[in-house]
Amino acid sequence: MKPRETRTYGRRAFLGVTAVGLSSLVWGRTAWDAFVAVAPPGLISGWRIYTVAATMPQFDPASWRLNIDGLVGSPQSITYDELRALPSAEQVSSFHCVTGWTVPDVHWRGVRFADLLASAEPSAAARVLTFTSAEKPYVDTLSLQQAQLADVMLAYEMDGQPLAREHGAPVRVVIPEMYGYKGVKWVERITLGADAQPGYWEQRGYDTDAWIGRSNGA
Amino acid sequence: MTPTRGSGARMAPEYIERFSRTERAVHWVHAVAFLVLLATGLALYLPSLSQLIGRRPLLKDAHVYTAVGWIAALVLVVVLGDRRRLRETVREFDRFDLDDVLWLQRYPTPQGRFNAGQKVNAALTAAFAVLFAVSGSLLWLGERDHRFQFASTIILHDWLTLISLILFVGHLYLALIYPATRHSLRGITTGSVRRDWAERHHPKWAREQR
Repeated sequence: MKPRETRTYGRRAFLGVTAVGLSSLVWGRTAWDAFVAVAPPGLISGWRIYTVAATMPQFDPASWRLNIDGLVGSPQSITYDELRALPSAEQVSSFHCVTGWTVPDVHWRGVRFADLLASAEPSAAARVLTFTSAEKPYVDTLSLQQAQLADVMLAYEMDGQPLAREHGAPVRVVIPEMYGYKGVKWVERITLGADAQPGYWEQRGYDTDAWIGRSNGA
Repeated sequence: MTPTRGSGARMAPEYIERFSRTERAVHWVHAVAFLVLLATGLALYLPSLSQLIGRRPLLKDAHVYTAVGWIAALVLVVVLGDRRRLRETVREFDRFDLDDVLWLQRYPTPQGRFNAGQKVNAALTAAFAVLFAVSGSLLWLGERDHRFQFASTIILHDWLTLISLILFVGHLYLALIYPATRHSLRGITTGSVRRDWAERHHPKWAREQR
C-alpha cells in the first residue's frame, strides 16, 4: 500500500459483519447448542421469564389452595402440604420455548395428573383440563389424554429446589412434548370440562396442540 | 487580530467545527434509542430484573415502539438533513490510507477527522444497526406469522446485545474518561472542538480547517 492510496476497508468491515450476522440466522442455533454442550454447568441458565401481567403472583403457603372443579364428582380445595403428601414423580427433560430457546436436562418433581385428580372423581364426560393461572388472564388447556402422557405432571420442584417465583411458584404444568406456553405457571385452579376454550396464546394465533417440531408452522 | 498558539497571553481558545448538525442528529438518535432499547431489553431478558420490575407487556411495547421510532428518526434526519455532508462522512469512514492501517498496528501516525479506530467503530455500529433491525423485526413478525420464525433469530439478537454492550462501555470510556479523547464529547454535543486538540489528535484534518 502506497502512502496516498486508500482502500475501502470501512465498507468491507460493514458488509462482512452484516453478512456473518445474517448468515447466523442459519447456523446460530447449531453453534449455540454446541457451545452450551461444552460450557461449564451453571454458566448458562438459558431461562427467559415471560409474563403477561404487571406483577408475578406471590405464593403464600398458608392461604394458597389448588381448586379442582368442573365435571367432577367431588370438587377439591387442596393445600400446599396436602399436595406435597400425594405420590410424587420425577423426570428429566428438555424445555423448549416456541420463540426458539431451549433449556436442556431440567429435573422436575411433582404430581402426575392421575394421582392429583383421583380424589376429585372425574366424570366420564370430562375430556379437557383447563388450567387457570394466578397471573391473570393466563389460561391454557390439555386434553385428559395429553395430561396422562408418561412425563406430564404438575411440578412443585425444579432442579432439586421448590419452584421459584419466576418459574410459577408453587406449581406449574410440565409437558415436555409441547412448547412451554402450554405449561401454565402459578396454577391455582384446574377445571375439568367437555371441550377446550382457546388459551391465552391460542387466542393470539398459537396452536392448541403445541407439539414440539410439529406445530406453530414448523 | 488572529490568535496564535503559544503566545503566552490568556486568550479564548480557537474552535473548529468537527460535526455538522445532521451528523450530531444521527449520533444522538442512535445514542438515545440505544439506551432506551438496552434498558427495556435487559428488563425483558434478565429474570432477576423481570421479577423486580414486572410490567412485561408495557416494557415490550416500549421496546418495540422505541425501535420503530429509532428507524423513523434516522430516515427523517437523512431526508431533512445535509445529505451531501453525510455522504462525505460515510466516504471518510470507508477509506483507509496507509496511516490508518499503521495506526491500527499501534504506530502513532497522523490521523484525519476520524482515527482508524473510530472508522472501525463506525463500520461495526452501522452493521449492528442493520442486524438489530433485521433480527428485531423477525422476532416481532414471528410472533404474528410463523413463517418469520427462525430458531436462531433470538440468538443473533442476544449476541448483538452482548457485543454492543461491550463496545458501548469502551465508547463511554473514550468519550468521558480517557484524557486524550474525552474532548471529543464537546464535538458531538456542540459541534466544535479546540483547534490545538484537533491538531494533536487529528492533524491531517485540522490543518485543512481555516
